[in-house]
Amino acid sequence: MKKRPVIAVFVFAALLVPALFASCSGISGSDVNWFMGVVYQLSNGMWASLLLFGCTILFSMPLGLLVCFARRSRFKVIELITKFYISIMRGTPLMLQLLVVYFAPYYIFKISLSSEYRTYAAIIGFALNYAAYFAEIYRSGIEAVPKGHHEAAKVLGYSKSQTFIKIVFPQMVRHTLPPVTNEIITLVKDTSLAFAIAYIDMFKIAKELSAQQSNIMPLFVAGLFYYIFNFVVSFVMGKIEKRAKRYE
Amino acid sequence: MNLLEIKNIKKSFGDLEVLKDISISVAEGEVVSILGPSGSGKSTLLRCATMLETMDSGSLIYCGENAATDVNGKSVYAPKKDLKRIQNYFGLVFQNFNLFPHYTVLKNITDAPVHVQKRDKEEVEKEAMALLKQMGIEDKFDYYPSQLSGGQQQRVAIARALAMNPKLLFFDEPTSALDPELTSEILRVLRDLAAEKMTMVIVTHEIEFARNVSDRVIFMDEGYIVEQGAPEKVIDNPDNDRVRAFLAKIK
Ligand SMILES: Nc1ncnc2c1ncn2[C@@H]1O[C@H](COP(=O)(O)OP(=O)(O)OP(=O)(O)O)[C@@H](O)[C@H]1O
Ligand SMILES: [Mg+2]
Repeated sequence: MKKRPVIAVFVFAALLVPALFASCSGISGSDVNWFMGVVYQLSNGMWASLLLFGCTILFSMPLGLLVCFARRSRFKVIELITKFYISIMRGTPLMLQLLVVYFAPYYIFKISLSSEYRTYAAIIGFALNYAAYFAEIYRSGIEAVPKGHHEAAKVLGYSKSQTFIKIVFPQMVRHTLPPVTNEIITLVKDTSLAFAIAYIDMFKIAKELSAQQSNIMPLFVAGLFYYIFNFVVSFVMGKIEKRAKRYE
Repeated sequence: MNLLEIKNIKKSFGDLEVLKDISISVAEGEVVSILGPSGSGKSTLLRCATMLETMDSGSLIYCGENAATDVNGKSVYAPKKDLKRIQNYFGLVFQNFNLFPHYTVLKNITDAPVHVQKRDKEEVEKEAMALLKQMGIEDKFDYYPSQLSGGQQQRVAIARALAMNPKLLFFDEPTSALDPELTSEILRVLRDLAAEKMTMVIVTHEIEFARNVSDRVIFMDEGYIVEQGAPEKVIDNPDNDRVRAFLAKIK
């Protein structure tokens, strides 16, 4: 509870930035309406951004665990394929990957694209990309669990799956919370890359507004949205981390 | 009947032959100490006996049940479901405790009896509290391992092993990670267990303790047992020069 004032300071500072820009560019109080208008138009795109964010988290985090298992497979072929997949996902621009996912059905299968597919393509592209990152994070978390814990579990008679679920997974979660938080924060901002396949997210709307009005302000308002969003993410993840740390 | 029967174990890691030909039997109620220089294969022997490591050849028998049989110089392990049953006959206490950090003391002790042995939770918890009391740390039942001293953690680890009601407990240098004061705490616990006729196989560097508590001392060197017998014999009056040199160095 003591943290409330700190939060207030952050939010205040965040609000101050566009306000300062506003005053610099000579916008008067009567332009509050204009500001609300921008916010309103952006909020349409905000739902699209949120949808993309939510679905990516929902799919990429479990998928990442599967990729992580495959990466740790004792079958060399599966391990190699997964390694290749991860290196492609991490080694090429996400924007390019989105384009590939979006246009692949057309170029490979000659399927004409419905406009709904845009949304699916964005979600698929993001989920595939983030799964690779999460997989590597999970892997480091799993490998950070001391060998002795596996051995203690084995001698106590835990099965392999019991050992993973009861002993390894909770410790993995604990170890990986900070890097996972980083990834989530990056994702919030990365959703703006979906413009590459003309997915209409908040940032795309902001850019269009900005171009229409020859005014940079809509972009700053969008920036403010991202900032507040990430502020909430950090806050929630901080709480979770604190809870996970209670046994340290 | 012997609780544990190990016959002609051999174990190599790559080209390194660690256990060369080791046979040990342990009777019910017996306390056996294993001494020997670093690298002589003591831990490897315990790890083979507790099936953390598979042996290359030799057989492993608990309470008359074959965990592994020697077939033409190769160890062949019993089917999984048999091993699962045999697993219940023994417990192992590690040098570095290996408690589960995200479980409280009580959960560390009760989780396996409840979820592996499928015993009644309430009854297991009652037993666990009694074990903690016996260890003198019943007030710490809701602590996390990180909130305990090394000696307390090791006592929890011993309680965790005992809660499975094993017939035999292995200890791999249970006091090596502890300072002298905490060491004597743990040795006292082991002494009490010996007095209760708990069957134990203890790898240790505590010569005095081995002399006072064990019924038998085994001295290992370079993958062989070079001497074994009553502690007065092996520790005070060894035949083997290696044993004599080692003991002289430790004292
Ligand atoms: N998993 C492994 N892979 C390769 N070599 C190993 C492995 N485990 C043990 N060794 C080797 O086997 C030999 C015996 O090791 P072991 O741990 O059994 O010795 P120890 O008698 O317990 O020694 P200490 O008193 O230092 O604990 C050592 O040379 C060690 O390096
Ligand atoms: Mg050792």
